[in-house]
Amino acid sequence: MTMRAYIVRRLALLVFVILGIMAITFFISRVIPSDPTALYLGGGRHTPEQKAEAREKLGLDRPVIVQFGVYVKDFVSGDWGQSLRTRRPVLDDIMGFLPASLELILSAMILAVVLGVSIGAFAAYRKGRFVDHTGRVAAIAGVSLPSFFLALVLQIIFFRVLHLLPVSGQLSIHVAQAHPVKDITGMVVVDALITANWVAFWDAFQHLILPTLALAAYSAGMTMRMTRSAMLDALESDYARMAYAMGVPDKVIVGRYALKNAMAPVLTIIGLLFAYALVGTFFIEQIFAWPGLGTYATISILNLDYPAIMGVTVIVALAYVIVNLIVDLIIAKLDPRVMLS
Amino acid sequence: MSMDTTIKGGGAFADWRLRHQSGIEESRHNVRVFFRDKLAVAGLIVILATLIIAIFAPYLAPYPEQGRGDSDMQDRLQAPSRDHVMGTDQQGRDVLSRIMFGARIPLIISFVVTAGVLLVGVPLGGIAGYFGGWVDEVVMRITDIFLAFPALVFAMALVAFLGASLQNVALALVITWWPWYARLVRGMAISLRERPYVLAAKTMGVSHFTIIRRHILPNTLGPVIVQMTVDVGAVILEVAALSFIGLGAKPPTPEWGLMVSEGREYILSAWWLSTFAGIAIFGLVLAYNLVGDALRDVLDPRLKR
Amino acid sequence: MGKRATAEQPSASPAVAGADTGRPVLQIEDLRVEFRSLRGVVRALNGVHLTVHEGEIVGLVGESGCGKTVTGYSVLGLLPKPQAQVTSGRILFKGEDLLTKSAKEMRALKGKVISMVFQDPLASLNPVFTVGEQISRVVRVHKDVKKKAALEATKTALQATGLPPTDALLKSYPHQLSGGMRQRVCMAMAISCGSAMLVADEPTTALDVTIQMQILKLLLRLREELGVAQILITHNVGVAAQTCDRIAVMYAGNVVEEGPTAEVLKRPRHPYTLALIECLPQGKTAAELKTIPGAVPDLITPPAGCRFHERCAHVREICRDSLPTPVEVARDHWTACHWVQETAGGGDELGRGAGGEAESLVPAPAGSPGPAPAAAQPAEPEAGDPSTSSEEA
Repeated sequence: MTMRAYIVRRLALLVFVILGIMAITFFISRVIPSDPTALYLGGGRHTPEQKAEAREKLGLDRPVIVQFGVYVKDFVSGDWGQSLRTRRPVLDDIMGFLPASLELILSAMILAVVLGVSIGAFAAYRKGRFVDHTGRVAAIAGVSLPSFFLALVLQIIFFRVLHLLPVSGQLSIHVAQAHPVKDITGMVVVDALITANWVAFWDAFQHLILPTLALAAYSAGMTMRMTRSAMLDALESDYARMAYAMGVPDKVIVGRYALKNAMAPVLTIIGLLFAYALVGTFFIEQIFAWPGLGTYATISILNLDYPAIMGVTVIVALAYVIVNLIVDLIIAKLDPRVMLS
Repeated sequence: MSMDTTIKGGGAFADWRLRHQSGIEESRHNVRVFFRDKLAVAGLIVILATLIIAIFAPYLAPYPEQGRGDSDMQDRLQAPSRDHVMGTDQQGRDVLSRIMFGARIPLIISFVVTAGVLLVGVPLGGIAGYFGGWVDEVVMRITDIFLAFPALVFAMALVAFLGASLQNVALALVITWWPWYARLVRGMAISLRERPYVLAAKTMGVSHFTIIRRHILPNTLGPVIVQMTVDVGAVILEVAALSFIGLGAKPPTPEWGLMVSEGREYILSAWWLSTFAGIAIFGLVLAYNLVGDALRDVLDPRLKR
Repeated sequence: MGKRATAEQPSASPAVAGADTGRPVLQIEDLRVEFRSLRGVVRALNGVHLTVHEGEIVGLVGESGCGKTVTGYSVLGLLPKPQAQVTSGRILFKGEDLLTKSAKEMRALKGKVISMVFQDPLASLNPVFTVGEQISRVVRVHKDVKKKAALEATKTALQATGLPPTDALLKSYPHQLSGGMRQRVCMAMAISCGSAMLVADEPTTALDVTIQMQILKLLLRLREELGVAQILITHNVGVAAQTCDRIAVMYAGNVVEEGPTAEVLKRPRHPYTLALIECLPQGKTAAELKTIPGAVPDLITPPAGCRFHERCAHVREICRDSLPTPVEVARDHWTACHWVQETAGGGDELGRGAGGEAESLVPAPAGSPGPAPAAAQPAEPEAGDPSTSSEEA
């Protein structure tokens, strides 16, 4: 099928999946008994009338199916409900916290991919030698370390012991006051760069380092393993042998012939790793006091703020599905055989 | 140059190997290859050691009551010493004993989750792949939805609504993991159902479910086991992560992730609270990953052929 | 083990019409190759001698595992390094020993001066690059030219192999082409830089019989129009019979017989070749089909002497301990066999017609102490598959 038909089909699947997810989280939040009115009304005791009023306000008295239908309709038109905790529209909350998470996830993924692919390819080329062994050990360690533990260890080493890097927030307070960063994308490092605010840029960059490292470790390790395995398959293939027999130099065989073939499985895994990074931010943000979606989500979950939880759930799923779609499209472009199926 | 060490010998080599290897020889060869991987052997030893520690914790731990949860406020936050090799925590409990008792949790949960996933995911996948048609479509769409979701987020949401406890964590993990295995088995079932012996069984009137049970599912076991071993590490990490964030084990359970979390506020002065627990998680997961890797290396080439 | 005394001597007149036996292009002398494996050292090549002259097509024939592919790989330096070792011998290409060349020097030769095509053309081509890209890449590697010139060279090469040099073809991916077209693409790649020599490892085995003919004709055309000398490795005697000027029969790591094709096939001397020809199913009923009893020796512990002696009807004491050296039994026709040497002299003594007398030279199946014919199965199908048969080996 053509590329266009493929995209259309995938988008249709996307819509179906999102609806499914919304249905699941919606019904879970209704089936499991928990009293959302309590959060809405605040602490203390409430009269039955107050509770009934709250229920009506929240729309909890209508049939479940109707509630869901209303919810979906609202969602599509941009009304994601109101957070029971902050009393602000959930969409606003999410949009406020999203850029910080994006900044963290993007920098972690970029680092993971660059490190993972280059080391993985090199390890495959020099299979059995020092680079290969060290690379594999590092990769498997990265994959086995709990990210929250790594975050703590990094904090201890680089902050407490070495006094090299900061450990909380995106920007030091004094810098934020003296050199405020204009909010364009919401990502502090990017904004500081664009507005040539070098003091803030350098400070924000330093704040970004440790969280990025903690988040990237797992993804870097997985990427390295996947790349190595895919590159080995490619380098040991008949077409690599043919190229070798035709006198094509090693660096072309590795860097072009093999790499392009290895990219498909690697890209697939990057889609999955994006999901992992998404989840990882929940923990990393907590430890580094990073004002991102993860922090918002964790607080919402612990407070049973169900509109917020729904909103976060949907946006996480949306992001995940979109990233996978992009990955699949890139793979289809790289490997012409995919279009046949 | 390295390409000349990477290219395979091609026909010459392959022919010879085809001629000179029998089935039993190959199995013994695989076992030998596994044990040649020193790291994998180390991993296996660690897993076995953890198992033994978990089972015999009451006898091995220096302060078994404290391991279970008794506190001793007099001995709070003692640095590692001869009396307490790993120090004591904020409630005066011996950290080493807690770690030993805590070893039970990842082992039990990974076993439960594995069993649950096997019982749910594998048969569903087999059925979907075998029957095809609308059965397959339905199962595929369901797994699509589950898989469209980062597993841990789903698990977190589930536990949030169900209430924080280790049981709910295990349940949530089963719910989020089974689609992977269903997909895996389904893929294999699709190719297996065309095999001659399956077609033969069909013509002999063997019932569908017997075919699935006897012919399809057993042949999927290899990759499933490999995948499982590789995944146990991830399961352990998830349990620890959920407990760390407060959605899993509750105090005074000696769950390692929880211990890391509890030790956070004392991290500057009493580093030993979080550190040993974190290292324990790391060690066990590393061991499972090493073993899983070696297993995959051993079984995969045969599966490919 | 002595060297062939007269290998370099060119014949005064070509033995077969069309073969331009000029100067030798490739001379393999006493090549011994070992493989390290988990069960021991495999002595794959046991002193192989082979010569290819300018514009000549030499067929390297034998059953699976006889070492013909290993020989081909050795020429191109494709043996897997840690496991494979060349323990002795020389491979002279236009006088220079390829075995002494560095990897860098070999890279300059491979694809430019000596090329190889393999059995599975689909696997040999990179699935994610177009045909045009892959051939052009080889050209650009060896010649310092711009893309345009490389494209021209690519088109020329495609034309030489009978493919239309159209944009459509250049932009297509390997999986979009048929098997025959893919093999032609591989060959176009091989000759794109004007190679003097081509090693073809079972180029037709993976193809339909009708396409086989086309590819074989292509090989002949490459010889006629471009003067490319070739080694054609095959287990199919029929394929060799149609294409090759000379044929070399291999068994368990040695070339046991070599000479002009018609000569070797009509008047085989070596007991193995004799038996091989005997096994050809042409003109026989099922009951008359023959096999060679016994099995190929284990190359980890091969016999010290002639490797065929355990299955040979004419085995002598000397065969067990001493590897026979090649002797010339007729003009340009060599055989390595003690029995032949003993009874040599008149080639007519052993001459045979189309089938009759040779029966006495093959051990009678009834009283044979050898294992069941099933064990000799490998020998039969490979040897007996001339072009008229529609069965793929």
